[in-house]
Amino acid sequence: MLRYAYLRILGAIPTLLLVIAIAFLMVHAAPGGPFDAARVLPPAIEKNVQAAYHLDDSLPQQFLGYLQGLAHGDFGPSYRYRDYTVAELIGGALPLSMRLGALAMLLAIAAGVSAGVIAALRKNTLLDRLVSGVAMIGISIPIFVVAPLMVLVFAVFLDWLPASWASGGASRLLMPVVALALPQIAYIARLTRASMINVMSSDFVRTARAQGLSTASIVRYHAIKPAMLPLLSYMGPAIAGILTGSVVVEEVFGIPGVGQFFIRGALNRDYTLVLGITILYAALVILLNLAVDLLYGVLDPRMRDR
Amino acid sequence: MSAFSALRPIGRYIRASRMVAVCLLLLLLVALIALAGPLLSPNDYIATDFNNRFAAPTLQDMRFFGTDDLGRDLFSRTLLGVQVTLFVAVIASVVSLGIGVAYGATAGFIGGKVDALMMRAVDALYALPFVFLVILLMVAFERNFLLIFVAIGAINWLDMARIVRGQTMNLKHREFVDAARLIGVSTPGIILRHITPNLLGVVVVYMTLTIPQAILVESFLSFLGLGVQEPQTSLGALVNNGISNMETAPWLLVIPASVLAFILFCFNFLGDALRDVVDPKHKT
Repeated sequence: MLRYAYLRILGAIPTLLLVIAIAFLMVHAAPGGPFDAARVLPPAIEKNVQAAYHLDDSLPQQFLGYLQGLAHGDFGPSYRYRDYTVAELIGGALPLSMRLGALAMLLAIAAGVSAGVIAALRKNTLLDRLVSGVAMIGISIPIFVVAPLMVLVFAVFLDWLPASWASGGASRLLMPVVALALPQIAYIARLTRASMINVMSSDFVRTARAQGLSTASIVRYHAIKPAMLPLLSYMGPAIAGILTGSVVVEEVFGIPGVGQFFIRGALNRDYTLVLGITILYAALVILLNLAVDLLYGVLDPRMRDR
Repeated sequence: MSAFSALRPIGRYIRASRMVAVCLLLLLLVALIALAGPLLSPNDYIATDFNNRFAAPTLQDMRFFGTDDLGRDLFSRTLLGVQVTLFVAVIASVVSLGIGVAYGATAGFIGGKVDALMMRAVDALYALPFVFLVILLMVAFERNFLLIFVAIGAINWLDMARIVRGQTMNLKHREFVDAARLIGVSTPGIILRHITPNLLGVVVVYMTLTIPQAILVESFLSFLGLGVQEPQTSLGALVNNGISNMETAPWLLVIPASVLAFILFCFNFLGDALRDVVDPKHKT
């Protein structure tokens, strides 16, 4: 197990470095400098400005400097929000985005697994078809369609829930979390259904049945654990999906999270801010994937020996 | 083996399942609409009419979907949106298809260490939130159509590469490959002439799953204002515009959103059903 963990951790580092390098080079290859839009400066001052942002260094030097900064949690200054560093902007918004994402993930797992297990146990009944059909719709309809439609129905027409974050109160979390979780609920329900059907037709379940165990206790004590394994490998894509979705949800509901800064940064061409958030999210996804991999190794000994 | 024999089981399946056939017909209809685009409407999709803003949908003058915040005809704009969205998605899918098939067939056919290394790279790339890198790309460079194609294509080839690799590994031990090798066909020649044609069935099916993904990414970018720019439009851009006006004119949101959802649903449904035919192991 140690060797497995060691290899996995070792594998994650080059991936992370590669992402940082690609992202850094992409911004660097962009035409024009960050201060081209400002008024023309006297050469001496321009030189000082360049030096202050390390723009006069060679490319490898700049990259190393950026890496060094990252290691200390320093993402550099924002090009658009004066007087703020990227780390300050992200740091202020991150807790809110994390809470939103975590709640959505919990909801997605709870609702998706329940729906999937129920559909699997009632295979080929009306209930099963209903779950599968709704899941298909959930997968097909993008968040940026669902979220505004939810606002239109529940906030504008019915006036049950607040439309925007500015309203305050706990109920403002409800729609964003549900909208963010919906596609993941759909995916998880489909996966759970498929894997549950698979497990329920395996030999050890048949043996348990032959011993006279009820379906409920077979599911609880024997079937649910092995059925959850494929779900674990879906956690990586799910995390990426929720991060991407949070950008939309924060935009639609006006939530001041990292996603908002990302969009503002992208539209304002705030290179360092967008670069910083991209790297942060990539690192987050890589780390969480690593955690999932390690967990997989703990739960399923076959994985370690590969 | 003819190139099209690989498609035969799919044809049989479509004839057997009514729902799949309906989806396919509807998509063909959508494709035809997309080909004609705004030409189907007598109204211009750019012309603004400030005396006629937020007009409700009506049958008069073929303004079926009403007008938007600038008095532009939403029916024409939706037609244009369908055209642009599908166009981007199909081109992007072809890009991802090219990369995916070349990569997957090479890895699968060569096998061994090269294959292990190539697929490890795919695994590593799988874990990345690509959309963010694409947006970074959009920020760094001018937003143009070409970039959108390339960016979306570059995201979507991973699945294709995996599937194609698996299929190639099955195919390479078949007799006709041995026969080709025996008469002295080179490795690239075998991949090109003998392996690729047999991948057609799987590739076509996965295309129906790649296209909705590409639509999703394109409309996501346009929704954020980073994709297709005015006066051009796409379904994502229309949804975005609909959100800002949904309290005065809900149809501006509901109509483009429904069209987008409908197209995505049909593609996903079709792709899902067809995948079960060519790839029974993946059955869900």
